[in-house]
Amino acid sequence: MLDSKSVLFVGVGGQGTILASKILTEGLLKSGYDVKMSEVHGMAQRGGSVTTQVRFGEKVYSPLIEKGKVDVIVSFEKSEAARYLSYLKKDGYIVVNDYEIHPVPVLIGKEKYPENVNERLTDVAHNIVVINAAEIAGNLGNIKAQNVVLLGALIKVLKLESINWEAVISSIVPPKAIEINKRAFKAGNDSKVE
Amino acid sequence: MKKVIMSGNEAIARGAYEAGCHIASAYPGTPSTEILENFAKYEGVYAEWAPNEKVAFEVASGAAIGGARTLTTMKHVGLNVAADPLFTMAYEGVNGGFVVVTADDPGMHSSQNEQDNRYYAPHAKVAMVEPSDSQECLDYMKEAYEISEKFDTLILFRVTTRVCHSKSAVELGERKSVAVRPYEKNTKKYIMIPAHSKPKHYEVEERLEALRQYSNITPLNRIEMGNTKIGIITSGISYQYSKEVFGDNASYLKIGMSYPLPDEMIREFATKVEILYIIEENEPYLETKIKAMGIDCIGKEIIPICDELNPDILRKAILGEVNTITYTTDVQAPSRPPVLCPGCPHRGIFYHVSKYKDIIASGDIGCYTLGMAEPLNVTDVITCMGASISAGTGIERANMVANRNDKKVFAFIGDSTFFHSGITGLINTVYNNTPIVTCILDNRITGMTGHQENPGTGKTLMGTPSPMIDIEKLVLACGIKAENIRVVDPYKLEETKQAVKEAHDSTEPFVIITKQPCALIKDVLKARAGIKCVIDQEKCKKCKTCLKTGCPALTFRDGVVSIDSSMCNGCGLCKQVCPFKAIEKVGE
Repeated sequence: MLDSKSVLFVGVGGQGTILASKILTEGLLKSGYDVKMSEVHGMAQRGGSVTTQVRFGEKVYSPLIEKGKVDVIVSFEKSEAARYLSYLKKDGYIVVNDYEIHPVPVLIGKEKYPENVNERLTDVAHNIVVINAAEIAGNLGNIKAQNVVLLGALIKVLKLESINWEAVISSIVPPKAIEINKRAFKAGNDSKVE
Repeated sequence: MKKVIMSGNEAIARGAYEAGCHIASAYPGTPSTEILENFAKYEGVYAEWAPNEKVAFEVASGAAIGGARTLTTMKHVGLNVAADPLFTMAYEGVNGGFVVVTADDPGMHSSQNEQDNRYYAPHAKVAMVEPSDSQECLDYMKEAYEISEKFDTLILFRVTTRVCHSKSAVELGERKSVAVRPYEKNTKKYIMIPAHSKPKHYEVEERLEALRQYSNITPLNRIEMGNTKIGIITSGISYQYSKEVFGDNASYLKIGMSYPLPDEMIREFATKVEILYIIEENEPYLETKIKAMGIDCIGKEIIPICDELNPDILRKAILGEVNTITYTTDVQAPSRPPVLCPGCPHRGIFYHVSKYKDIIASGDIGCYTLGMAEPLNVTDVITCMGASISAGTGIERANMVANRNDKKVFAFIGDSTFFHSGITGLINTVYNNTPIVTCILDNRITGMTGHQENPGTGKTLMGTPSPMIDIEKLVLACGIKAENIRVVDPYKLEETKQAVKEAHDSTEPFVIITKQPCALIKDVLKARAGIKCVIDQEKCKKCKTCLKTGCPALTFRDGVVSIDSSMCNGCGLCKQVCPFKAIEKVGE
């Protein structure tokens, strides 16, 4: 098995980073990897910036990822990728949801939301996959499935398509949501990754 | 055996179940909450939410005296609340095994302080174990019950946020069938009057010596020899970070039973390595003891006391290495302080109180802590669970002594926190006639920790229906006069405004109860599905009055105010504050 890999999910509380990372860790464990995942509950969930960290390989000790060592950052909100860019390792990938959530300091005019985020990130990090997961999920019938769209794109970047993700999704999400999540996963997985 | 992925909390619950634990009582608190939620799902166990940690601890104490294997869990500050029974139960010992989980929060992800509860073990004179991942959470829990019954002591089971909320692979076992031990009256053991406590203290000291000897032979403490140039003594999550950074390039004494410490093992290990580092989060708990043994070691000289550790910090502190950062950007992500959710019923009363500039607001622990946040900016003071009313009383007394009458004191407390430790504060305002306003924000649930039932919910942790405590009747019974109580729907702004005004003008202890269930409760979400507020852009004058409610569903972008329909639940606050009637509620 290869050296351990690290995935950093970043987003805003309530966007479903925890479910996406749960599907990922279950699938990895079933495929024989040692896996660790770390998440934060409580206060930060109330609209705050949230991260979930997943590490996998032959043997993993720390659930926390070091700076400059992340293989893929999955950014559920456009500007959040910028906050954690220092964690990305050389030639690592960013999967970014082309979706903005303006926090209260921006709404009340105390701070400005950054402009041209995607372009400015693409200028510095060349392996970037921009995907409008919110729109794709919305078209499928529920914007909340954006997390699984992003997961689909992540799996493509990680080249882990040999794992039966549909089965993993079916074992985790409620029966009513299985179909839309399978389609969301496929839509994400079909996105263009260079 | 089957391998599954579990968080530390899930594994602790599983470990207690496999150990044959019969009874658990707890009060929710991040990062401990999911332990009881998961334990309650197992067959053949009894689990309950208690109104606070002291009650939970005492229920578990009684159950242990009654012969059952018992569990209580709490966040670090919860153990302060339960410290009274802790110190005396240490004397009484157990009948059935008794494990107390303290879930500390280095880094303060969701807490008001960073206290290191390892010090409670030597202070209360009880044994302590510390797992470092989910498998150890399960295994150590089973071992903890054995130690508890063998040595007649309760066990402090110390975990931290990164152990509780990290997931890793766990091998499951079977539940051990343990009979509830018979209860026999034994007043010398279970009645702590001075005549009994004096000999008990001698027994406690003897027990600690026996535990010290055990600590030196238990497999919970283990030496892993690698390169002997660097020796590391560590415990808990710090062990995982150390292994990540040093791998086989160091030797380890991994401490799983951290009170009493394995002194002989420590001495032996220290002689085998060239430089000895003590790697632990927050306080120098291990280091102080090891240095007092006369052993040369390096700890807090280079490892920070404040905040949680991570591999980056260890790498830099010990090896002087810093990871290469390849990518940087000038894109400045906006700050995202936590805020009250869209449709939160707490928003209405804070909105009205925010209009008064002559108020001192004493806040409390819960979602409504966020009444401090922009743009509401209401709260002045927050200390600990239940302190809003009592601290508010003290502020008012200071005002009175100083003859300052230009500020009115308001206390804000949620239903669960009121049941936890606010009731006594309210009784005190009546008893000593201190004219403050207490606002009890009743959303029928313990919100911040993720919707745990409480005595006002009408349902227990195990899902059985229970009587709902009527807060208004309780307030009346505390002695607040009926004419000084207002019960309002915080979604109705006019009604709420009137109550706030009357409270502001009152001269006696006064109570406002806001009643509206948390907007995120499943049944509420279902009932309100499809109800939204929308802005008629032709009528909107961009005055931004609605933005002053601080609702995150509102956006102002490119000169247009709009409402994010995926976030809005149609609470209608923005509609009520709009001076141009530009907001409509649809989908009803």
